[in-house]
Amino acid sequence: MLRFLLRRLFHGLLILLGVSFLTFFLINQSPGDFLDRKRLDPQVPREFIEAEIQRLHLDQPWPVVYCFWLKDIVTRLDFGRSFEYKQPVFDVLAGRVLNTLILSFCSVVFAWMLAIPLGIIAGYRQYSLVDKTASAVAFLGVSVPNVFLALLAIFLAARTGWFPTGGLTDQRNWPTMSTAERMLDMAHHLILPTIVLGTGMMAVLMRQMRGQLLDVLQADYIRTARAKGVGERALLLKHAVRNAINPLITIFGFSLSTLLSGSVLVEKVMSYPGLGRLTVDAMFNKDIYLVMASVLVATAMLVLGNLIADLLLAWSDPRIKLEDRATS
Amino acid sequence: MTAPPTEPPRQPPPQSPWRIVARRLLRNRAALLGGGILLVFYFVALFAAPIAPYSPYATQSSVPDHPPDLLRRHYAMDVGKRYPIRFFVRGDRYTMWWFIKSDWHLFGLEGGAADNVRLHLLGTDRTGRDIFSRIIHGSQISLSIGLIGIAITMTIGMLVGGLSGYFGGWIDSAMMRLTELIMSVPDLYLILALRAAFSSNNPLLLALLGMEPGQHLGSAQIYLLIIVILGLVGWGGTARVVRGQVLAVRDLDYIQAARALGASRPRIILRHVLPNTFTYVIVAATLAVPGYILGEVALSFLGVGIEEPEPSWGLMLQDGQNLRTLTQAPWVLAPGVFIFVTVFAFNFLGDGLRDALDPKAVDQA
Repeated sequence: MLRFLLRRLFHGLLILLGVSFLTFFLINQSPGDFLDRKRLDPQVPREFIEAEIQRLHLDQPWPVVYCFWLKDIVTRLDFGRSFEYKQPVFDVLAGRVLNTLILSFCSVVFAWMLAIPLGIIAGYRQYSLVDKTASAVAFLGVSVPNVFLALLAIFLAARTGWFPTGGLTDQRNWPTMSTAERMLDMAHHLILPTIVLGTGMMAVLMRQMRGQLLDVLQADYIRTARAKGVGERALLLKHAVRNAINPLITIFGFSLSTLLSGSVLVEKVMSYPGLGRLTVDAMFNKDIYLVMASVLVATAMLVLGNLIADLLLAWSDPRIKLEDRATS
Repeated sequence: MTAPPTEPPRQPPPQSPWRIVARRLLRNRAALLGGGILLVFYFVALFAAPIAPYSPYATQSSVPDHPPDLLRRHYAMDVGKRYPIRFFVRGDRYTMWWFIKSDWHLFGLEGGAADNVRLHLLGTDRTGRDIFSRIIHGSQISLSIGLIGIAITMTIGMLVGGLSGYFGGWIDSAMMRLTELIMSVPDLYLILALRAAFSSNNPLLLALLGMEPGQHLGSAQIYLLIIVILGLVGWGGTARVVRGQVLAVRDLDYIQAARALGASRPRIILRHVLPNTFTYVIVAATLAVPGYILGEVALSFLGVGIEEPEPSWGLMLQDGQNLRTLTQAPWVLAPGVFIFVTVFAFNFLGDGLRDALDPKAVDQA
């Protein structure tokens, strides 16, 4: 178990190294840097620009700059500074990453809480009204683009006034709120983004749950259990669902990439202060180190999420041994 | 009842695999619906210029944010002149497929062109452009990007997967490490990084397109660029599955036989190994097309894709970002419905294809 974890973490570190190199390479493919704007500004003294070039090694070819960046991380845990925000990148990122994590977490919980019970009912009562409705909703949910759903949600919020039209907090009243009020305020702001981001995932999970349960219910051991007099409730929950749920955990791992990509758009439309929006802006401002850090954080989230999915799978399905998976 | 009783009941002739697939597909209503919608959409995209009543660029400052005529119940009485809706009327000039010049449109207002009176089925945008016409013209961009993008991805995926599976060894390890790397970055981050790399002042890109430094990218170049970027992402999954399948067939008897007969390596890979992966590739491709359509939507929506004044579904949705436009002219969201229906149709068709191509499925004749 420990060996498996260490192996995977080491592997993840290698992937992060590779991704950082790839990103640095890509960012440096188009000419120009963030100093270009400063160069055009007559207010900025030439000495300052020269000093910046020296400090950031901008006169060197990009692989050299990359090595300097890597050296600072290894020796001083220094990921560089954002040019736009004039702060160390992780000071800029910390709050944003937390916000994206909150949104992703809420979406995942929303998706599973709805998908599992609905999928079970739909699979158990195949072709019932619940099944047909749920399947139709799932088909719609799989196909509706995030951007479109987000815009519809904003439209609903603006027309009815039931929900805020964006952001994570009520900026105006925030300073005067008590902790409980702040929690409620955030929850109120989170409802729409969570639904928008979680719908696609919920639809996928529900269809899978239904399909898996239908397969499992055909199995011999279910007939055996029924023959020996296991009650329907225990049969469904203990025998069938336990076996049907494992593929869903694998899907959870796969869906993280979609979730992180989707959150970029949802954050943009719903002016949610998350990682995605920040990255998009940073990329086109040539805020290199901020881009590097946020791509790394997003990748790390994906890698860790996959690791968690594997651990969950091993915990849920005793037939799976972690050591075997690591070598295969 | 036609067969004479003396003859024994004859076995139906064995059917070719494609026949069986086609029959199963035709029996699947959802797949037929999806396929039908797509046929209509692609047909409309092909003949966009005559089918759309107006040019996608024609602005009319007199009717900004005009509500959809389709939905309106009440019409204010105008000067009393009538403009009946007719099929085949003359309107904006256009050039179809680079060489057909015409001004005939499938439908429009008779006499409307002369007086500049227009019918706006789905309303107009901020600058008074007809949204319905823009959606139809935009379908050319949005729908074609999916098909070309998937072709690029599948080619790369099959090549990488096929080569790694067939050769094994260090080629395999190197390619699979690269695949892993690309699959570890969330797709949209990778797409944006690629877009930032190939921004319009990249000297290599300009040289490839045969342009002078400082020249601005035209709409056609940006379109190509977006296709290539989307095609460069997302081949990882295909490569992995194809590699697995190639590994599985590589040592089967018939491949060994081909080798023994002296077939060359490329021939074995292309003619004997890769065709085994086609069923998987067809299904995966159909189900993946929406990803490209949504990728274009995302890029254009974020302002780094198709540029104004070209019509693209993602770019048009961008108008909805403005809260005032969204509440006062919600019909700017109409392209979203078309994106949704397209994705929906591809999902239906893909699901149907998967069921039809499933060799384990039992046919109840």
